[in-house]
Parts: sequence; C-alpha cells; structure tokens
Amino acid sequence: MSCDTPVRVEDKLYYNRYLVDVGYPHVKVRPHTTPSPQLLALLKVCPARCYELNDNGQVEIAVDGCIECGTCRVIAEPTGDIQWSHPRGGYGVLFKFG
Amino acid sequence: MIEERFDAIVVGAGMAGNAAALTMAKRGMKVLQLERGEYPGSKNVQGAILYADMMEELVPGFREEAPLERHLIEQRFWMMDDRSHVGMHYRSEDFNEERPNRYTIIRAQFDKWLSSKVREAGAIVLCETTVTELAQDDNKRIIGVRTDRRDGQIHADVVVLAEGVNGLLGTRAGLRARPTPDNVALAVKEMHFLPRETIEARFNLQGDEGVVIEAAGTISRGMTGMGFIYANKECISLGIGCLVADFQRTGQTPYGLLEQFKRHPSVAPLIAGSEVKEYAAHLIPEGGYKSIPQLYGEGWVVVGDAAQLNNAIHREGSNLALTSGRIAAEAIGLLKSRGASMSATNLSIYKKMLDESFVIKDLKKYKDMPPLMHTHSQNFFLTYPQLISKAMQNFVRVDGTPKVEKERASLKSFVKARSWSGLVGDAWRFARAWR
Ligand SMILES: Cc1cc2nc3c(=O)[nH]c(=O)nc-3n(C[C@H](O)[C@H](O)[C@H](O)COP(=O)(O)OP(=O)(O)OC[C@H]3O[C@@H](n4cnc5c(N)ncnc54)[C@H](O)[C@@H]3O)c2cc1C
Ligand code: SF4
Repeated sequence: MSCDTPVRVEDKLYYNRYLVDVGYPHVKVRPHTTPSPQLLALLKVCPARCYELNDNGQVEIAVDGCIECGTCRVIAEPTGDIQWSHPRGGYGVLFKFG
Repeated sequence: MIEERFDAIVVGAGMAGNAAALTMAKRGMKVLQLERGEYPGSKNVQGAILYADMMEELVPGFREEAPLERHLIEQRFWMMDDRSHVGMHYRSEDFNEERPNRYTIIRAQFDKWLSSKVREAGAIVLCETTVTELAQDDNKRIIGVRTDRRDGQIHADVVVLAEGVNGLLGTRAGLRARPTPDNVALAVKEMHFLPRETIEARFNLQGDEGVVIEAAGTISRGMTGMGFIYANKECISLGIGCLVADFQRTGQTPYGLLEQFKRHPSVAPLIAGSEVKEYAAHLIPEGGYKSIPQLYGEGWVVVGDAAQLNNAIHREGSNLALTSGRIAAEAIGLLKSRGASMSATNLSIYKKMLDESFVIKDLKKYKDMPPLMHTHSQNFFLTYPQLISKAMQNFVRVDGTPKVEKERASLKSFVKARSWSGLVGDAWRFARAWR
C-alpha cells in the first residue's frame, strides 16, 4: 500500500451538514511572514484540510469545512500562532450521526 | 439576561453533562443546561459502544426506549500488517442475554434521546448556546457563565463543566491546562451505509446481534493508534485514531490513514459497495491517570472528557463520562440537601466519591500504559505486528521446510528486530504497566 494515494478531503466534507457563520470565523491565524513549524504541521494534520499555503508561503485558514476537532488548537495555540474558539451557538458542523 | 438564579448550570449536553443534569433534576434541583450544538449530539462523535450498566443506573428502563443499534455478541482484535491480520475473536451465545451488556449506538441520536429524559426530569435545556466564559467574583469563585446569546451573566451556585475533551472554558479560566499533543489522540471516522442483510451476512450476525473490531498494527504507520470497525443496524462506523504528537512528528495525514485502512484487504470487503454519509473527527483523551487535572474548585466541578477521564486501553470513555457526571451531581445534591455551600472544600467530596468508583480505580491501574505506548510506539505498532504476521504465515504455510527450522526462523526474526534484551525489556515493561 502506498502512503501517497491522493485523498480528496473536499469530497468527504461534502457528506457533512454545516451552518456556516459567514463573517465570523471561529479560528484565526496570526499574520506572519514565515510560518512556524507548528503552523506548517497544520497543513497535514487538520482532518478537514482547512489550512493551506498561499502564494507567499504563508499559512491561511478557511474555516467553512472545519469539523471542530480542536487538533490545531492543541498544536498551535500555545505558540500564539492561532486563536481558537467554538463557533457561535448553532453554527458550524452539524453531525447527523457523530 | 436570565435574571433567575439556578442551583446548577451544566455546560455541555454530551454523556457527562446529560448524566449530571438528569441526576440533579431528578433530585428536584433547578438546573440550566447549555449546549452549543443545534441539538444535543450534533457536535459529538463516538465509535460507539455504550456500556449498559452505567446507563442503567441513570435510566433503568433505557433498553425499551433508547435508540440502540446492536447488542454485541462478538469482539475481534486484529493485529495488522499491510497485507494480513492476525486475529483474536471472542464470540459467545452468553451475550444474547435478556439484558445485554454492550450496545453499538449512534451518538447524535442517542444524545438527543438522553436529553429528552433530562428535560422530562425538569431541567431547562438551551441549545444553540455557546458558553463563552465563566463568570468569577473578586475571590476567583465561579459564580456563573456568560454565553453568546444574551448579554450579561447567568448565575448559579455551582457550574458543572461537561464541555468535552477540548475544555476551552476551563483552560481560559485557568482551572486546568490545555490538552497537549501527547495526551490526546485525533480520530477520524466515516459512516458507511449498507442494507441490513448485507451487514448481517458479512459479519455473521442474526437479528440485532452486533460485532466490533479493534485493530492495531502497521495501519498506524508506527504511530500510537488504533483502527475500529463497529457494526450498526444499517451502517458500519469505521475509523482510525493516533496520538496528535505522532501526527505532528510524522506528517501523516489523518484522512490518508483512513483511506489506507479502508483499502486494507481485510477491511475492504466488509464495506464494499457502501454509501458514505458522514465524515467526522474528534479528539480522545489518552493521557490516563497522570493527566487528570484538578477536578473541583470554588463553585465548579469538571466531569467526563474535559477531566481526561478516558480509559484508552479498554476504549472506554462514555461510561466514565456518565459515571463522573452522575457522581458529581450526587455530590452536589448531597451538599445542597445539607444546606452546605459549593466551596472547594465541600466539593472535594466529589473527588472522594470518584476515587472510590471504577473510574479512578481503572485509570490508576493503567497509569503507566500511556507513556509506555507513546514512547515505544514504533515497536508496539509497527515492528511487532509485522513480526507476528510473518511468524503466523511461517506457521501455516506448508512448503516442505521442516517445522524445527520454521520455528527457528520465526524466533530469529524477532531477535534480529528487537534483540534479546529488547524483547525481554518490552515484555517486562508491558507486564509492569498492565499490572
Ligand atoms: C472516534 C471515537 C470513538 C470512541 N469510542 C468510544 C466507545 O466505543 N465507547 C466509549 O465508551 N467511549 C468512546 N469514545 C469516547 C467518548 O466518546 C467520550 O469519552 C465521551 O463522549 C465523553 O463525554 P463528555 O460528555 O465528557 O464529552 P462530549 O460527549 O464531547 O460532550 C461535550 C459537550 O459539550 C458541548 N460544549 C463544549 N463546550 C461548550 C461550550 N463552551 N458551550 C456550550 N456547549 C459546549 C459540546 O457541544 C458537547 O455536546 C470514543 C471517542 C471517539 C472520538
Ligand atoms: S478544529 Fe480540527 S478541523 Fe477545524 S481547523 Fe482545527 S484541525 Fe481543522
């Protein structure tokens, strides 16, 4: 079995129900020029692949697909790289099964 | 702002919060429960096995009304390498009993049902409400909460923090540390739907009989981790989880691991042709006894995953959550009936009661397991599964090699991979931690 079979996370997120809180992202990345190792780790560890590298080599987040696991907080909040909160009540992912 | 004052505010309507709210409401206390999800369960993820005894203590007749999937009659443990698995299966007709001991459940549905019991008992349950902060007085006593719904504070004599593994409020208020990469695992899971008969045929089941498979080995790529496959009535819940520190260290992706697990030749036929209806992820507390934080203070207690009350070795969490929630509520009820204040000194009774229960006793028993697994993950999750698979193949394959030579070859492969002292050391460390 190979480790690098591409997996389309977007397809997985498509199964889920969300109520997106437009304009109120619950996770924010601190502006930076060069990303820390912790931020770079998020590119791979986030199960919803919310973190992407932009053209300038900085880490950006799009929270719409976030499944609210908290992994990025555990890794990158202590260094101040991100700010992590729960979405406002009722918003975010809505598991049908869980 | 809610002007009323409550006997207790419960943050969270998962297993722990529902147990606490139900227990206090049944005692006639004035309880407000706040949940950020659209409905209780809409944020919660579990495998999920429900342990009946702990549920029975809360709702004795739950079997008649709760949304249960299958009662478990079989447990399979698989040790996997890339192309094979060595299995130990335990199946018994004894589990087809009148009041079965374990069931698979679907959390979103189960939590919703349990919450209906909480409401029936008289608690006020407000969903779609995120608690943003704990309210403290000048002496740092917790006196209530702030939410994103209304301005101002809601007050109560005591706040029960049942906020789950992330435990944001407790961390923000300085009551406990944030989870660390080496005391939580990240699990990803999918729900695979298939016709009922197909599931029963593939897993060798009849009626509502159920089976669970727990798997470890090369599927976690040398990280501390486990895969699981649980049969529900019309779907299979399948997932894999590994320590966050290991993900961080290796750069493996969780969805990559999940895909590989699904494609494993032992797994693929079980889910062939299924329709996936959900992809979820959640953290699991893995630090065990040594990572349990302060459990009570001035005007507050913490229960369930937020207190790291999770037995990773036995994959038990919901029952520890149910029991800690119930015990905390009983402790609070006891103080209230005596007219005692919810001070830290008085609330310490919660910890005393919990220490006496299986919750702390079990976690104490395995206190050395998490560090052992975490520091020796390469051996336990990669090397040994590969060696054992090879040895099994060597044992069953008939190819004219004399048996004595075969045995020698198997033994040699173990010694070569781990050395004699390594083997003895691993066995000793394991036995000691298991004791
Ligand atoms: C993949 C997986 C498989 C598992 N399998 C099993 C198993 O088979 N058997 C088993 O016993 N255990 C299992 N567990 C563990 C089990 O799910 C947990 O131990 C259990 O859910 C803990 O219950 P809890 O009430 O403490 O937390 P949760 O169930 O997480 O509930 C916390 C609740 O609080 C709410 N909340 C949090 N913060 C706020 C806030 N600020 N404001 C308002 N609401 C808030 C959340 O929305 C949530 O509803 C598994 C866990 C996972 C992730
Ligand atoms: S909480 Fe989980 S899903 Fe959401 S951004 Fe962080 S790592 Fe990704």
